[in-house]
Amino acid sequence: MCRGWCERVTVTAAPLHLPYLHTAKAIIPTTHITLHMKTKIIKTLRFIGLGFLEPLIRLISGEEPQKNASLFLKKAILPVASIFIFVLIWHTGATALYNSEASARIEKARTEQGEAAATAMKACIESGDISCQPNTLPSPAKVWAAYKALWADHVQIAQKKEEFQSKVAATNEQRAAQGLAPITYTGRPSFVDQIGTSLKTVAAGFLLAMFIAVPIGIIMGLSDSLRTAFNWLIQIFKPVSPVVWLLLVFMIVKTLITDPTMDKSFIISFISVGLCAMWATLVNTSMGVASVDKDYINVAKVLKLNIGQNIFKIILPASLPLIFTGLRITVSVAWMVLIAIELLAQSPGLGSFVWEEFQNGANDSNAKIIVAMFVIGTIGFLLDRIMLSVQNLMTFNKTTA
Amino acid sequence: MPILELKNVSKSFGSGSSLIEVLSDINLSVNEGEFVAIVGFSGSGKTTLINLINGLLFPDQGEVLLHGSPVEGPGPDRGVIFQNYSLLPWLSVYSNVKLAVDEVFPKLSKKERDEHIKKYIDMVNLTPALDKKPSELSGGMRQRVSVARALAMNPEILLMDEPLSALDALTRGSLQEEIIKIWNQDKKTAILITNDVDEGILMADRIIPLTPGPKATLGPEFKVGFERPRDVTEINKDEAYKHLRNNILEYLMDVGATRKQVSDQRYMLPDLKPTMPGRVIFRKRKKKVQVKYF
Repeated sequence: MCRGWCERVTVTAAPLHLPYLHTAKAIIPTTHITLHMKTKIIKTLRFIGLGFLEPLIRLISGEEPQKNASLFLKKAILPVASIFIFVLIWHTGATALYNSEASARIEKARTEQGEAAATAMKACIESGDISCQPNTLPSPAKVWAAYKALWADHVQIAQKKEEFQSKVAATNEQRAAQGLAPITYTGRPSFVDQIGTSLKTVAAGFLLAMFIAVPIGIIMGLSDSLRTAFNWLIQIFKPVSPVVWLLLVFMIVKTLITDPTMDKSFIISFISVGLCAMWATLVNTSMGVASVDKDYINVAKVLKLNIGQNIFKIILPASLPLIFTGLRITVSVAWMVLIAIELLAQSPGLGSFVWEEFQNGANDSNAKIIVAMFVIGTIGFLLDRIMLSVQNLMTFNKTTA
Repeated sequence: MPILELKNVSKSFGSGSSLIEVLSDINLSVNEGEFVAIVGFSGSGKTTLINLINGLLFPDQGEVLLHGSPVEGPGPDRGVIFQNYSLLPWLSVYSNVKLAVDEVFPKLSKKERDEHIKKYIDMVNLTPALDKKPSELSGGMRQRVSVARALAMNPEILLMDEPLSALDALTRGSLQEEIIKIWNQDKKTAILITNDVDEGILMADRIIPLTPGPKATLGPEFKVGFERPRDVTEINKDEAYKHLRNNILEYLMDVGATRKQVSDQRYMLPDLKPTMPGRVIFRKRKKKVQVKYF
């Protein structure tokens, strides 16, 4: 395994009274190390979905500079350029909207209150006063400023929390000794806290979806009649909107959970997320199990495997690639649906953050919503990449086996 | 008493007008320690025949007897080497063989099992590839794993369903020799299905041609009397070899030709007129006959 650097270790520890051997040995393994490391780095990069950096690494190591330079240009520079153009268009669009609303305001002031009011309005807008700013699509610069503000806010809240913790630490110890619940910080959550809550909800929803959909999918895949029996139900429930699922879950949870200390809104939102997102896994699992290669089944028959062994040693591994494809779709659906559900269930998280900012209507609310949009997009992308890596790990090359 | 017997076995697929009689009136008896090759055209029902013997299929008529009692399903006493290897792609070479060994020898200790597995992997010269996945192996290596898996089950009968037909000629030749070498060690009963007459002559004691389907049946057997171990180059020079080979081929050609004559049937084709592409002809739609259910 560690052939590369074991050799290097021997080189550095080599006794100095053998100079020829030392140099000769040193040259060969170092090239070997870089080669070995390079392929390893490239493999990991590809695995975690950063394959576009591959030409850059090859370029740095001096491998086919021309070809790799153009490859890198294509794979990394082009996307960056497209993002740049996107920001440019956004900026021009936002500026145009800003100007049109500003002139509309001035015009309105002129028609309603006369020329003096119009000039006052114009001066007010130009001075950047908050009270008369046009409220429209924020420009990239404003969004960046809002992002920084949110971050600063988070740092501040985190500090407050820490102070609070240290203040109540002694009391909490006492309370713990008395068997009472500790005092917790109940202040406003920061943006990062909201992200954390959202991720928690999605994780809970995803696990729920997995633990419902995979076993049921396997059972359905094994039996043709069960598949036919449930097909219609699945087809009917699959396209149901997340909002309706939420209401349904609300009806049930409201009746079932009467304990006021339980976080009902969290329970409702994660169950609805799970229910919305599980269909892809359910369908894919049952399809994967139903379409296991007949050859593998024949092997199981010849070996006389019992049902349990058949499922765990043949059917499940054979259908893992499709199950993970389903789980990957489930994760992305869960994340997409989450925002709407949080918004409606009033459970804390990114969804309610967006809704509160929209209701708030403060000067930088729009910019904060756009920040949230990018954060949602980025996290969704990262989640998908993680699932893709897991999926790659689970997939075997079916065609060549 | 023969170890395996097929008595008047027939097998057909489908029903009604799409009924295909694949095999009809198959009679075969194989003695212990014999190596029988069944040679036939592709599509003549060779795989169906082997599936009847290994128990994946059951005959419509007649019976398949193993030690005098009818076969009731597949089992590890009949090791199968499948045409398409049928290795589990998510398991390594070692684990593929282990799956079979664990199943067949549950009483052995862990160490004994490990030794057993390694012995058979070594037998097919795959020890260096012990931890490789099937996708990392060449076709010939994969088939070797399949051979090792079948042999490791220590079956009474080894069934080989065109084991080498997907391989190139060179790999094929070397694997033929290897299989024969392994077979020579304990002389298990073996049935080889193949479409290659030379392969049959090189490996088997008896060659039985399967006539082309539908309604394929077994033809007269040809004994192969060459001394073992057989050498390809030497056999190739042998007059008796040429004679035997020609006889078998002639027989196969003859039955193939008769089949062509038999199937010279007139088919009534529907009277269709080609329409110009892109031109749509409207006609009055025929009134549908209403079926009343209530």
